[in-house]
Amino acid sequence: MELKKSKGALAAGWYFMQGDEACAEGALAAGCRFYAGYPITPASEIMIRMVTRLPEVGGAFIQMEDEIGSISAVIGAAWAGAKAMTATSGPGLSLMIEALGYAVITETPCLIVDVQRAGPSTGQATRPAQGDMMMVKWGAHGDNEIVALSPWSVQEMYDLTVKAFNLSERFRVPAFLLADEAVGHLRETLVIQEEVGVFDRLKTPGKPPFGTEAINGVPPMPAFGEGANLLVTGSTHDPWGFRKTQDSAVQARLTERLIRKIQDFKSEVIETDSHLLEDAEIGVVAYGFTARAALAAVKTLRTQGVKAGLLRLVSIWPFADEAVAALGRRCRKVFVPEMNRGQIAGEMTKFTSTPVIPLPKTNGEVIEPAEIVEGIRRNL
Amino acid sequence: MNPRIYEMINDRAFPTPFCPGCGHGILMSAVLRAFAELEWDLKSTLFVSGIGCAAWIPSPHFKADTLHTLHGRAIAYATGAKLFNPRLKVMVISGDGDLSSIGGNHLIHAARRNMDMTVVCANNSIYGMTGGQVASTTPLGSLTTTTPKGNAERPFDLCKLAEAAGATFVARQPVATPIPLTRTLKKAITHTGFSFVEVLSPCPTQYGRRNAFRTAFDMIQGLKNTCVSAEKAKEMKAEELAAKVVVGEFVNSGTQKLLDADERR
Repeated sequence: MELKKSKGALAAGWYFMQGDEACAEGALAAGCRFYAGYPITPASEIMIRMVTRLPEVGGAFIQMEDEIGSISAVIGAAWAGAKAMTATSGPGLSLMIEALGYAVITETPCLIVDVQRAGPSTGQATRPAQGDMMMVKWGAHGDNEIVALSPWSVQEMYDLTVKAFNLSERFRVPAFLLADEAVGHLRETLVIQEEVGVFDRLKTPGKPPFGTEAINGVPPMPAFGEGANLLVTGSTHDPWGFRKTQDSAVQARLTERLIRKIQDFKSEVIETDSHLLEDAEIGVVAYGFTARAALAAVKTLRTQGVKAGLLRLVSIWPFADEAVAALGRRCRKVFVPEMNRGQIAGEMTKFTSTPVIPLPKTNGEVIEPAEIVEGIRRNL
Repeated sequence: MNPRIYEMINDRAFPTPFCPGCGHGILMSAVLRAFAELEWDLKSTLFVSGIGCAAWIPSPHFKADTLHTLHGRAIAYATGAKLFNPRLKVMVISGDGDLSSIGGNHLIHAARRNMDMTVVCANNSIYGMTGGQVASTTPLGSLTTTTPKGNAERPFDLCKLAEAAGATFVARQPVATPIPLTRTLKKAITHTGFSFVEVLSPCPTQYGRRNAFRTAFDMIQGLKNTCVSAEKAKEMKAEELAAKVVVGEFVNSGTQKLLDADERR
């Protein structure tokens, strides 16, 4: 992915900022110029930042009547040429799932930020959780492939928002920032550079906007009002957008390409971060806010003579299958602390036969380092 | 026919998928005639539709940008496109079930905001594409596949709904009178703010044959007999109007402040 240098939306320097606010600033730096949203705890701060910041950079903002309307307006704006986003939490994401499949089949780039809170249903609005990891991957009906990244710091609320926008534009796919209440409401130092690398969707006039010769290609994307006579539809369609609702060959090719345009290039998405893994016998896999506790736990275990190491998942989807397989080959046991009942631990078992031991916590509180240390020591 | 219309249709998309006797073809031609008579360039016009028979009127038949969206969500998609690019003329064309039942929330809120767009609701009083189920617009007593003993629920008056929600142009016309329909559509298109046109369009396949209208001709004739103009209705008694549908312009207030996308920047 070749990025072009772009001047950020904030002056370079050190800032003390909240995670949700850093996400909004990252979006602006990535070129986001449209936001539609609906109030929800713990994501509302993103919207509140955007309502004042977007007009300053020439963007448009609207608070919609519900989350289905929000994601729908985002997709409409994306086809009008915008880099567009919304932010929500579990209950709102449940409504947005309706349009997720639409964004996938129409190959609409957009960013959906999910600041996760304790569920199911209304659950605990102000409490952190990581319960939507599988939902973003499997929530929409039909097979589909999406991109999801998981920040562990205020810095990454900024950096990964930029990256998620870039990947979304590169692959013409909805991208998720899978944050949680703890990192969303965290306040810490944010360093903003002079320039950020951004990717803008390709426009190739005259080429079909919904198909490529290659089975794993990403077609160019014109905007409304450019004279392309765009035919955008959520029905199965040919490369020009004509509905083909009875043609099995078109259905087969479209569904395969929607998956392979990402799976075949997943190395551009997958990002992991290794800590003390060189000689590790005990592996820990964590992501998001939980990875902070996991890193502390690994360091503590080292002082106690346990050779532990951390593999942090920066990207969640597509899944870091090779990194997990390699970790399994290196370690005799792998522990997975997460604020859910073992969603990512379960996914890992597809790629390693090494014992994967979930360390779940779903009481609406973050996982503490001592709990991870204790969980690992109990199962050594 | 106005020769400009030929430049506005997508040859590859014909023939249409509409049943014989469906009113949507008349509505399709009325919309195109309205744009042609206004000498409007469709290059800067975006047509948005939802799911159902009426959603096929613009997409794939119009040679313009078309966005065929999710069931009920057309107005929300249109809102996003219009806000980001205020230079687009945005027209939503969809059915009664799509716009007033599953999409009712988006309809009333776009009207409340006075979003600068035209919404054309093709009302055939039934869910046609899915096999003739009762809709929020089906008249009392009508037989449908989900009201085998007759519809016991009162239908929406879509024009009153749009007016109460704040639409600044509201009108109703049947496809049975295409010339007044085209005239009304032209007014709606050139209106600044949220314009709503309910178009009564017969569905002989799913509605007519289960009720008193055995043929497409009966349905068109039925529309002509049932509709009464707003002017004429003023001189009629309540009991005379009970079985009638009033058509015409109900709201045209161009002076109201609308939600201007540029002002949000």
